[in-house]
Amino acid sequence: MTDTQELKEKVSWVTDDAMEKLARRHRSERRFKRLGLSAIVIALVMLATLLVSIIGRGYTAFIQTTITLDVTFSEAIIDPKGARDHKTLKAASYRTLIREALRKEFPDVSTRKDLRALFGLISKGAVQEFRDLVISDPDLIGTTSSVELTASDDIDMFSKGYISRNVSEEDRRVKDIEIKWFDQLQSNNAIQTVFNKRFFTGGDSREPEVAGIMGALVGSLYTLLITFIISFPIGLMSAIYLEEFAPKNKITVLIEVNINNLAAVPSIVYGLLGVALFLNVAHMPRSAPLVGGLTLALMTLPTIIIAARASIRAVPDSIRNAALALGASKQQSVFHHVLPLSMPGILTGTIIGLSQALGETAPLLMIGMVAFIVDIPGGVTDPATVLPVQIFLWADSPERAFVEKTSGAIIVLLGFLVFMNAIAVLLRKKFERRW
Amino acid sequence: MSILPLIILLLAMCATGYWYGSKKALSAPLPVRYLSSGNPHQFGLFVVVWGVLPPAMLFILWLVFSFLPIDADGSIAQQIDKVVFPALIMLGAAAGLYMAIREINPKLRVRKSLERCVYAALLLASTLSVFTTVGIVLSLLFETIQFFEKVPYSEFFLALDWSPQTAMRADQVGSSGSFGAVPLFTGTMLITFIAMIVAVPLGLMSAIYMTEYASRRFRATVKPILEILAGIPTVVYGFFAALTVGVFFRDVGTAIGLDVVTESALAAGVVMGMMIIPFISSLSDDVIMAVPQNLRDASYGLGATKSETVLKVIIPAALPGIVGAILLAMSRAIGETMIVVMAAGFAANLTANPLEAVTTVTVQIVGLLVGDQEFDSAKTLAAFALALTLFVITLCLNVIALLVVRKYREKYD
Amino acid sequence: MLAKDMNTVYNDTKSIISAKDVSVFYGEKRALKSVSLDIPENQITALIGPSGCGKSTFLRCLNRMNDTIENCRVEGNITVDGQDIYAPHVDEVLLRARVGMVFQKANPFPKSIYDNVAYAPRIHGLAKNKDELDDIVLASLEKAGLLDEVKDLLNESGTGLSGGQQQRLCIARALAVQPDIILMDEPCSALDPIATAKVEELIEELRKNYTIIIVTHSMQQAARISQKTAFFHLGEIVEIGETEQLFTSPNDKRTQGYITGRFG
Repeated sequence: MTDTQELKEKVSWVTDDAMEKLARRHRSERRFKRLGLSAIVIALVMLATLLVSIIGRGYTAFIQTTITLDVTFSEAIIDPKGARDHKTLKAASYRTLIREALRKEFPDVSTRKDLRALFGLISKGAVQEFRDLVISDPDLIGTTSSVELTASDDIDMFSKGYISRNVSEEDRRVKDIEIKWFDQLQSNNAIQTVFNKRFFTGGDSREPEVAGIMGALVGSLYTLLITFIISFPIGLMSAIYLEEFAPKNKITVLIEVNINNLAAVPSIVYGLLGVALFLNVAHMPRSAPLVGGLTLALMTLPTIIIAARASIRAVPDSIRNAALALGASKQQSVFHHVLPLSMPGILTGTIIGLSQALGETAPLLMIGMVAFIVDIPGGVTDPATVLPVQIFLWADSPERAFVEKTSGAIIVLLGFLVFMNAIAVLLRKKFERRW
Repeated sequence: MSILPLIILLLAMCATGYWYGSKKALSAPLPVRYLSSGNPHQFGLFVVVWGVLPPAMLFILWLVFSFLPIDADGSIAQQIDKVVFPALIMLGAAAGLYMAIREINPKLRVRKSLERCVYAALLLASTLSVFTTVGIVLSLLFETIQFFEKVPYSEFFLALDWSPQTAMRADQVGSSGSFGAVPLFTGTMLITFIAMIVAVPLGLMSAIYMTEYASRRFRATVKPILEILAGIPTVVYGFFAALTVGVFFRDVGTAIGLDVVTESALAAGVVMGMMIIPFISSLSDDVIMAVPQNLRDASYGLGATKSETVLKVIIPAALPGIVGAILLAMSRAIGETMIVVMAAGFAANLTANPLEAVTTVTVQIVGLLVGDQEFDSAKTLAAFALALTLFVITLCLNVIALLVVRKYREKYD
Repeated sequence: MLAKDMNTVYNDTKSIISAKDVSVFYGEKRALKSVSLDIPENQITALIGPSGCGKSTFLRCLNRMNDTIENCRVEGNITVDGQDIYAPHVDEVLLRARVGMVFQKANPFPKSIYDNVAYAPRIHGLAKNKDELDDIVLASLEKAGLLDEVKDLLNESGTGLSGGQQQRLCIARALAVQPDIILMDEPCSALDPIATAKVEELIEELRKNYTIIIVTHSMQQAARISQKTAFFHLGEIVEIGETEQLFTSPNDKRTQGYITGRFG
């Protein structure tokens, strides 16, 4: 016992040396803690930067600059024969009417070049709006009234302040003369900013000011629908089998390992599987939500299975035993008791899987959902695109105005994801059970 | 005959079968009925199953048939498609229903056979994942073999020059394209490396702070916010990398006199790292949480500070799990597509300089497959060879990671 | 009141720890209600009582292990060697070096036996070089009566030992910092009788140099090894006394009920 006694005397906690050592340890402790906190702060700052940069760029996509002009609905141009039938009204040259109205507003513009610039103030898509207006109300023909026309993307960008006046003219998309016209229109109160309805109701377009996300949204919806119809029942059934019925043998282990690995296979590989299986072997139509949905279903399946298994596993055995003791068969105990109890968790997992699928881009590029499609798809076999791919396409477009539209579309996509995740969180909160 | 009326008709037949089946079961003499293994509802379902199974199988055959490219006489094929199969399906349903109803008697162990059907369906569903893997491997392998018939292995894996664009005419210069994938592999490695340098310290330190230092309230607030990073679609990261981060690094570079391209590997790597932070932090969070509390108690009880406990006890104990998490994150970074497609370059560039543009395996797969696909040209097939390589690499990383993590779990469970 | 009376009677040895009106709250729940207790130096004090009576909570107050539990609040006054250990300037790290602890479940680090014992001297910087560290490790193992069994296994993992050996390793690990006081939270509850006997023997031996406070479920154990016993019930101390006296002629009905096995 003497040795310990001996050692005991060596330890002294109050010498200067010991105090110094202790202070050093505490300093490094504080340093370490600060390090951890700063890691979190850095990550949060990154997230904030991303969100701020997207929202800051994108919120203006929801408003649109318009130019109000007094337009004469000249009968001679629209409907010289006075037939008022749909075909004539549809084929009429509304562009001429808009040009006439612009000439009237700026009578002193004469050179060819200036005229082209002048006509460029109004979006090419305005013709379409104009036609719809006349077709819906043919009584306008022959009258003169002021009409709100969508401004071209450059004017829109200028009005929103993305194009600066202070830049020298040759580096500026909007020339001096256009600015002069713009100022004149503004002093006449002809420039307005309105809610950009078309952004939500329109399909894609080469003209940023009339491009909308409706086509992509509907495409996403169809794709997600297919994904859900395929992946949910199959995922659920796999989970039930693996968790409740699977014998503990090599085949089960193989299936389990396989599912875990599938969950980590890069999404682009699923895209290639889609190309090879659904397009080359099954000859399904390219660019269709059907193929996209099937591809994403295969991708989402592991996520759903893993979540569903965890949820089923969380139901305690006492529930199963109680059911079995009452004379229920194994399957009855599962379908009558375990499954209803684990359903909230399974649905939460499914929603999370689907929200991943909603944001997925790469595999859909592979199966050709990347085409330029103006029409809003009417079914799961129509060519379509989806919201993330639309974002990718717009991000690739050179026009300045598409940056704003891209960010706007991202805000909408993030909105949907937040919505889906909120539902998942609510489900979990409401039905969460502690056994 | 189109599908919808067919389905309605089938449903009607099954409903009748259910009604008749359950009625017939009810009509059995009472004592027998109660001792038999099944109630009328189950007898009804039994009939329905037999009414649905044969048509379902025929329907699958029909699908296979209609998607098969049959070059033979179109009219016959169409006849079969439009008339023969619907008729067969109806016949199958009718036969199935009839057989089932005839089978019904009180001694029939109807619950057992129903459950056997359910069991088979469940088993079938769970094997789909295996078929998915087989599908991936076969589809990639098939095209890859074709690719290597045109391009030798040695070129693909060892040559340094990648320019897959084949010329229109055979006699033009570079008509065959060159398929040395080394620059793609190095580019992928460079970007992945940058991403890991960003994500591992940040993710790991946040996990440590969250588990060891943060109050419950802090954790409950900040953890979900951090996990938003994992929920943001990659296309959004790509846009952010290309438009904000890339430009920012270029401007900073210009300011300090460095030549940084907008599509630098650095921008793509940093943003990819940002995406992976929550991945590493939540996985490490799990493994750190799994370290038993009594190890912490022991260390604190001996007068260790928190950081000493973390660095000398918890991290060493959790190390296998953390390594697994890092491997999984790495495999995710290697397979990530959209960020690099939007923010990294398309031109193959053999460099280790993070300020230059590099291209990656995934970027090239997208580049080769978006647009026209000709399945006889080496260009399109190269995408499959690249994808197979990608698949094998990520698979190895995943398998190793899963094994390491499982070993770790076993230690403390 | 009662505690004070008892103390005056048994004040022949100097008390090293003195707790006054200690209350512990877990959130809203009050786990310990105004407990006062003096611990005599170089003796073994046993804390007994039914599950959930607060004896482990009290033990964890003595080296501020409760600090590691969120929502846990300690009120009252505890002094070690006359120093208030909850005073703001007191360093819990230093405190825990002086007041060692052995836990209910043996918890060796998943490291080698040597590293387990060397852990605390290393973090506290007690050894100037490898030789000194070796000395401390060997001396501690020796003191814990484990050296002969593990001499050749110093580089094997500590988790590979038997349950009793693991617990003695944990004791050796605690001894390596040269504490004055060792807290033991049911150190034998997971051990078989033979291993228990060995650990008890060791505790008995350690008493010469250390003050030991042991929480135990086993009244026989308390009777066998302790000099002083405190009986806890529902977060309060019901009775404190010399072990022999407490077990043979308890003053309180509840104590009598517990030691005769009527509840608990």
